[in-house]
Amino acid sequence: MVIDQSKMASLAKATSREDVAGRSLWADARRRFFRNRAALLGLGLLTFVVAFALFGNFIAAWNNSDIDYNVMGDAATSGPSFANGHYFGADTLGRDLFARTVQGTQISLLVGVIGSLIAVIVGTVYGAVSGYFGGRVDGFMMRLVDILLAIPYMFVLILLLVIYGRSIGMLFVGVGLISWLEMSRIVRGQTLTLKNREYVEAARAIGVPALTIIRRHILPNLVGVVVVFATLLVPLMILTESFISFLGLGVQEPQTSLGALISEGAGTMSYGTLWQLAFPLFFFIITLFGFYFVGDGLRDALDPKER
Amino acid sequence: MIVYILKRLATAIPTLLALVIASYLLMHIAPGSPFSSERGIPPEVLANLNAKYGLDQPLWKQITTYLWNVVAHFDFGPSFVYKDRSVNDIIAQGFPVTLTYGSLSFITAVLVGVTLGVTAAIKRNSWLDYLAVGVSIGAQVLPNFVMAPILVLVFTLTLHWLPGGGWSFSDPRFWILPVIALSTSYMASIARITRSSMLEVLGSNHIRTARAKGLPNRKIIFRHALKPALLPVISYLGPAFVSMITGSVIIDVYFTTGGIGKSFVDSALNRDYAVMMGVTILLGTLTILFNLVVDIVYGWIDPKIRY
Repeated sequence: MVIDQSKMASLAKATSREDVAGRSLWADARRRFFRNRAALLGLGLLTFVVAFALFGNFIAAWNNSDIDYNVMGDAATSGPSFANGHYFGADTLGRDLFARTVQGTQISLLVGVIGSLIAVIVGTVYGAVSGYFGGRVDGFMMRLVDILLAIPYMFVLILLLVIYGRSIGMLFVGVGLISWLEMSRIVRGQTLTLKNREYVEAARAIGVPALTIIRRHILPNLVGVVVVFATLLVPLMILTESFISFLGLGVQEPQTSLGALISEGAGTMSYGTLWQLAFPLFFFIITLFGFYFVGDGLRDALDPKER
Repeated sequence: MIVYILKRLATAIPTLLALVIASYLLMHIAPGSPFSSERGIPPEVLANLNAKYGLDQPLWKQITTYLWNVVAHFDFGPSFVYKDRSVNDIIAQGFPVTLTYGSLSFITAVLVGVTLGVTAAIKRNSWLDYLAVGVSIGAQVLPNFVMAPILVLVFTLTLHWLPGGGWSFSDPRFWILPVIALSTSYMASIARITRSSMLEVLGSNHIRTARAKGLPNRKIIFRHALKPALLPVISYLGPAFVSMITGSVIIDVYFTTGGIGKSFVDSALNRDYAVMMGVTILLGTLTILFNLVVDIVYGWIDPKIRY
């Protein structure tokens, strides 16, 4: 039997070669995310918006509460101008719209992120517990979510704000009360498939307590789903807050949010002060676009099958 | 089927009860009484007021009386602010308007959305497809309170084509802007959902079989592809209906159409709890009933659902 020398040599080389560096799930996801142009655009937009919210006040020539009596109530002189320092113009009361937009963006982002964080914490724990224990516990917990989801929450939220005072804190509580419902459903569904995996069975077989299994084996595997959904939840929370503020029932003066600014701008646009609508609207739209694009990009990156 | 419907009803009724009781409790534990704004009223007058509105009864009795009046007589009681009007009067005045443009918007959103989605899926990668996808991405960031001012700016203030507010049952020109403003974002979502599910169905085996048999294209699409493709759309209709009802508040406030949403916001600002509760319960009931109908239709269309 003649052995092909060259084949043996290549085999020897192949077996002695160092291991190929493996790519983790996260490295793969990162690569896919950075190849997605829409997601990169979204990331760029978000960076811009966050930078605007954080550092805008250093550029602003005016404070958000100071009134410029030279331009107050005059549509002809209160437009955007670099000469008097009102880069975005001034609002009806003569306040600098640039500083107001920075303030509004800050509040809108804050509401969105806090609402989403509450959803992550409450929704994940609720969904994981419900899905893991199953049976009657699951039936009861999910029926409760069904009932709460069927209530037109916007009306209850407004009821809550009217009765207990319209403050930012109350707004956070109200938004947080509703944001976790969908999250808990999604997490529960994911937990149902995870809990029958072999490693969970193994953990159960060696007597690991249920809550430890949830913490150590279920929750880490939920990160992908939770991150994607939390990102997509932020724009929804911003929309909710803007909706309420547009009606004049949300954030109160001297605080403001993008929704309140859009409402003001929409109210005065017939006087020819279009910039009062345009600038807040621009930041509102690019913020939403940014979060949607990044969220979609993350979903595609973490779950290539779902394309 | 009957068991399935009864099961759905068994969730709907507790939901409704929970809504009524929760909003009554919220109102009851609110700080201050509904009459606290009337300065310096003598205690005996306050006692008379409380007796007139039944607020001197124990809590459980108040709730059961209220429930009984609502369920048996469809009576939401007197308004706390307008002495000569009952909640029923206020609802009867605004509800027909909301119902008119609301149902028009809903029909528009479904018809246009489904048509757009189906055409985009059939003519994949054509300019029509790109247009449909572009519109549906754009409309995601244009909720009703952003659409409304933009529409008024273009069609009323610039082009002078359509009235920017008011309402008339006999003149459809007043209907156009509210319907467009309310329906656009839902139309876009429906188009997106229809497109992706239609694409999935068109790639499935039974469509290939139909093509192999030589069925005409139109028959394939309308007879075999449309029904399964519409299932995800139907399950979206429930949430869409809820947020359209919520969105009608914006329309009523911005276009001064005189619908029920305006009464809701006014009562929220006046702390007229009776009207707030009446509107919340009415719209909540509508929502829950609609969800029930969607569930039943879904169970009827989808052969995979076991009941």
